[in-house]
Amino acid sequence: MTTSSTSPRPGYRRDRAEQERGGLLVEGVTLSLGDGDATVTALDDVHLDVAPGEFVAIVGPSGSGKSSLLAVAGALTTPDSGRVLLDGVDISRASAREKARHRRERIGFVFQSGNLIPALTALDQLRFALDVAGRRAGDGYDPRELLDRVGMGHRARHRPHQLSGGERQRVGIARALVTRPAVLLVDEPTAALDRARSDDIVTLLAAETHEANVATIMVTHDHDVLHHCDRVLSMVDGRLSE
Amino acid sequence: MFLAWRELVFARARFGLMSGVVALIAILVVLLSGLSSGLVNDGVSGLQRLPVTAFAFAEGTKTDSAFSRSTVNVSQAEAWKGRPDVGDAAPFGNMLVNAKATTAAGTQVPIDLALFGVEPGSFLAPAVSDGAKLGDPDGIVVSQTVLDEGLALGDTVVIDRLGTRLKVIGTTGDQRTFGHVDVAYLPLRAWQQVHAGAGPGDEAREGAYEEATAIALRARDGSRIDLAGGDAAAGTTSMTLEDSFSASPGYSAETSTLTLIQVFLYAISALVVGTFFTVWTIQRKHELAVIRAMGASTGYLMRDTMIQATVILAGSTAVGFLAGVGGGTLLTTTAMPFALEAGPLVLAALLLVGLGLAGAAAAVGRIVRVDPLAALGGQR
Repeated sequence: MTTSSTSPRPGYRRDRAEQERGGLLVEGVTLSLGDGDATVTALDDVHLDVAPGEFVAIVGPSGSGKSSLLAVAGALTTPDSGRVLLDGVDISRASAREKARHRRERIGFVFQSGNLIPALTALDQLRFALDVAGRRAGDGYDPRELLDRVGMGHRARHRPHQLSGGERQRVGIARALVTRPAVLLVDEPTAALDRARSDDIVTLLAAETHEANVATIMVTHDHDVLHHCDRVLSMVDGRLSE
Repeated sequence: MFLAWRELVFARARFGLMSGVVALIAILVVLLSGLSSGLVNDGVSGLQRLPVTAFAFAEGTKTDSAFSRSTVNVSQAEAWKGRPDVGDAAPFGNMLVNAKATTAAGTQVPIDLALFGVEPGSFLAPAVSDGAKLGDPDGIVVSQTVLDEGLALGDTVVIDRLGTRLKVIGTTGDQRTFGHVDVAYLPLRAWQQVHAGAGPGDEAREGAYEEATAIALRARDGSRIDLAGGDAAAGTTSMTLEDSFSASPGYSAETSTLTLIQVFLYAISALVVGTFFTVWTIQRKHELAVIRAMGASTGYLMRDTMIQATVILAGSTAVGFLAGVGGGTLLTTTAMPFALEAGPLVLAALLLVGLGLAGAAAAVGRIVRVDPLAALGGQR
């Protein structure tokens, strides 16, 4: 784990040219939730730069804005102000249709507990992600090889209810990576796992981040796994700090 | 299609239950369609098989009682014949009688007949599949259904009260019924005598031999009869052949009742399918949010669900129709008015599938409202 003390803003590490070339750049993003008196500032002038192959963890208490940051970075919601650049392309102001296209082509999500599709086997989870993205297994995409890589090759024909929590999470990671996204957004991957399995999963995430050269943001409450991350940022009241 | 098929296999019990309900509805639709066709045949097949475009009844005749109340003068046919759009016009007599048939074995069988009085040699005279053509003064050509009831060519039918004896000389070879009563064609003069209540050897009252129920009209090839103009010229009230069906006893009540039941069945089917997919979509809300977060478009998800609905509806409708046709085939051998006809069955199948798909489409509209943001967090 390393932390930066030279960045001009909390969350920034690279120079401008590098930031616009690749990876994820969140630039001055503000997001408010709710209406009228019930309005809450979920993200307050957030700046974050994640390079390809970099594994960044964001920690913070519940309600601090971690999930909102994932939502903005993952083109699930539109910020009130600021920009989100994905490989140099601003996705924050895209239409709903374009956002969906960015998500299926350039963004991978790893959800809590895997959030796998109950009807699909482990292998089909990956094939389905390719189908959604309009890609076909064999055209340079190898779901079986990826399943082997995450240690789930022997469970390829099993459905989610036949897998343990850790196995489901491994399949979820493989599903997120099978379309070769530029960014991997990971939401509390160890929330339902014991300590040993949590460590295994985050080790796998770190390895795949470096192997696939993907910019990874992991939101977590689990401080025991942070040593696997390249950088750890904390979020409090919608503000990000080193 | 990738997810649709796998979900159908995975949740086969749930989809199977749904398919079973649709299949049962399909069986009911087939049986009602067969009953409907059977009742139509029983009610108006005698009219349907007349080479007639329209009937001209006595002026002011109401549709629902036209055949039983109307009396026209045969000379009115001449006024219609002179119309440029009328190819043929001939007097047509129609009445229901109770009779007894005496078979060759000497047994007496009670029988009801719809007597169609037509001029032998006119365009209304029936083609005969077996026996002799209409012509003998006391000879009748009967619907095949009369022979199916045990009568044979050469048997005698005696009309109740009058004692008029009519001899079965030929058969049309097909079903011809009117108001659920078998049709017997007889010469118009014999019909006029029976209609006037004159028994054998009696002279009918004055004017009886000038009467008929209506003037049957056949349009000139390629023409459409100007009924209003003809009515003004002939002093009649005319209606098309199809409109005249409503004048068959019980026809409107029976067909409208069955149509209403069928409409309800279609509506129930659409509602059942719509409800199933509404519940199915609600149950999958989180899963759909995950799939949308993965970037699936609304169209992708709706297409998947509509494929599932199509497979269920097409499959269960096919199974239901096969079972219904199988059961219906057995019913056609009974006395029940039941007829399986391809046209109404195909239409019923298309309606069942089409309305079911409409119900499913209305239900899966909920997919549009599934927020991919719901995929984040710990709902599972």
